[in-house]
Amino acid sequence: MSEQQSDSELVAAKETWHEKVQKSSEKHPERKTFKTDSDYEIERVYDVLDLDSFNYGEQLNWPGEYPYTRGIQPTMYRGRLWTMRQYAGFGSAEETNERFRYLLEQGQTGLSVAFDLPTQIGYDSDHPLARGEVGKVGVAIDSLADMEILMDQIPLDQVSTSMTINSPAAVLLAMYMAVAEKQGIAMEQLDGTIQNDILKEYVARGTYIFPPRESMRIIVDIFAYAGKMIPNWNTISISGYHIREAGSTAVQEVAFTLGNAIAYVEAAVAAGLEVDQFAPRLSFFFNAHSNFFEEIAKFRAARRIWARLMKERFGAKNSRSMMLRFHTQTAGSTLTAQQPDVNLMRVAYQALSAVLGGTQSLHTNSRDEALALPSEPSVLLALRTQQVIGYEIGVTDTVDPLGGSYFIEKLTDQIENEILSYIKKIDEIGGAVEAIEKGFIQKEIQASAYRYQKEIESQERVVVGVNQFTISGEQPIDLLKMDPATSQRQVERLKEVRLSRNQAKVAETLQELRRAAQGSDNLMPAIFEAVKAYATLGEICGVLRDVFGEYQQQITI
Amino acid sequence: MSDKLIRVLVGKIGLDGHDRGAKVVAQALRDAGMEVIYTGLRQTPEQIVEAALQEDVQVIGLSILSGAHMQLIPPVVEMLREKESSDIIVIIGGIIPRDDIAYLKEHGVAEVFTPGSSTVDIVNFIRNKLELN
Repeated sequence: MSEQQSDSELVAAKETWHEKVQKSSEKHPERKTFKTDSDYEIERVYDVLDLDSFNYGEQLNWPGEYPYTRGIQPTMYRGRLWTMRQYAGFGSAEETNERFRYLLEQGQTGLSVAFDLPTQIGYDSDHPLARGEVGKVGVAIDSLADMEILMDQIPLDQVSTSMTINSPAAVLLAMYMAVAEKQGIAMEQLDGTIQNDILKEYVARGTYIFPPRESMRIIVDIFAYAGKMIPNWNTISISGYHIREAGSTAVQEVAFTLGNAIAYVEAAVAAGLEVDQFAPRLSFFFNAHSNFFEEIAKFRAARRIWARLMKERFGAKNSRSMMLRFHTQTAGSTLTAQQPDVNLMRVAYQALSAVLGGTQSLHTNSRDEALALPSEPSVLLALRTQQVIGYEIGVTDTVDPLGGSYFIEKLTDQIENEILSYIKKIDEIGGAVEAIEKGFIQKEIQASAYRYQKEIESQERVVVGVNQFTISGEQPIDLLKMDPATSQRQVERLKEVRLSRNQAKVAETLQELRRAAQGSDNLMPAIFEAVKAYATLGEICGVLRDVFGEYQQQITI
Repeated sequence: MSDKLIRVLVGKIGLDGHDRGAKVVAQALRDAGMEVIYTGLRQTPEQIVEAALQEDVQVIGLSILSGAHMQLIPPVVEMLREKESSDIIVIIGGIIPRDDIAYLKEHGVAEVFTPGSSTVDIVNFIRNKLELN
């Protein structure tokens, strides 16, 4: 074996190699300039010189050790695979309960509830604005009666349940707790997540109700209450997913998510909570997009930044406060209506990047989602994709298998630096809430979304089946058909609930909620009592709308 | 049409908050020299029609991804007819199943643009349609 080359020898050798390649590439030029989705130019090749000042202990360290770049657990998937958690929900509570039980039978390991839009915006199913929307993008939940059906025969002490609910998160969480109480399950045993991330609703997802500052109060109330009552519950899932779906780059996705996270931590600290009291229950949600290596590097960079932020900026002492735990979903916006089976391949590669990036749980999208809500066979294939990655191809056999790759480490460092400079910019504006109120975040996302679209239209970015490799006369595939009677049945049940409950008790609990909202008491106990009296979601949110007012959207175009 | 600016109302109808497509299209129409009024989220059919008449637009572009299109789009076309404004062209963008596209086009929608549509096609469609009228 030859002697180790010195750095200067390496630099010279690399120079010679590049010159040689340059000459030959005059005859056979490279296809184009190569860039990541965040617009960084990618070098022809990476080597040991790219990691010149690399310090293993500081930048990587062992899995399960600060700053957790290689993963938050020492054994990662050798111990336990990620939670396979398919987001599901449509129509009525009965239909969704059936899909949940089907998915659990097929080997899914956690539940993820999709609510319809009226539920997400705090309207009952018979509200005029609910027209056409009841049971469409998720299940309609109007009162505790619906939640009881949704979770029927599902042992809440044995599954973990994630609920994609934001503005009315407190109400849906209270309903879930009430069902658990009826099932006789101890509150400490409840395991799950509420999304509860309002800031990204203002910039990317749109299901806000109240103005930012009032919303932040509700969130902090949930942190404080859940910390005592349901210690194993993830009180927030700070989400970059929708920011990315709205068109941001990978760097912006993580930067804006961490910017929001900083705002939540600051709000909770300002309300008198200890960092280590609530930070271990903060969780995250990211997108797995198509640029494979950039995505892997993104997840690793996010973990490293969060660990350092929590330790250095917020003085966290508990290591759990420093661990960035995250759920991942593959990128819905990359799915095509054309040649939909090709989406299976996109989803598989995206899912693989999430696993190589060390995700804690994963949703794989279904191939038909650019056409309709996913059908049962499509959802099954999506789940099977995760099972193939987990059980067949060996990528889970060692922790962080790409750690130490010249390219991956260089990219992780680069992405980290870019994210940090965005976070600095947000700090300078005065924090995430200010940046949102000024429209900064929205404009940044929009500019990236527009650039992405232009790249597709100019063919600079190839989308198989859309701007290249197209076919005409495609055969239609079978799609999920919604039962048009669902909405009517839901409205009927709501009427029955309103008639059969103790009206005085409802009025009394709603009055108590109003009093709490007008003052500074934690809102959760009052919401819990109102839910148990079968006050509806619309009634509870109605009281809060009265007291807090409603958010008026910033139009930034 | 070159002597008169084309005015387009771009709107999000229903409760869904996915406005990436609406905003990209609004920006592309603007870059193509059209005047664009963007309504923002959560518009009802009534609000859309009212805004369209008030702003005196020739085109309404509605984006919807929640699956509520069959309940929310036909009322827009119907109300335009009642107000004797059927000359306003209604185009739709979003996740719309094939069978529903046929129904919507039979009921007064000029065109439906599904995922993968090019903004160039949307611009050309509007220009051609207005020239024919």
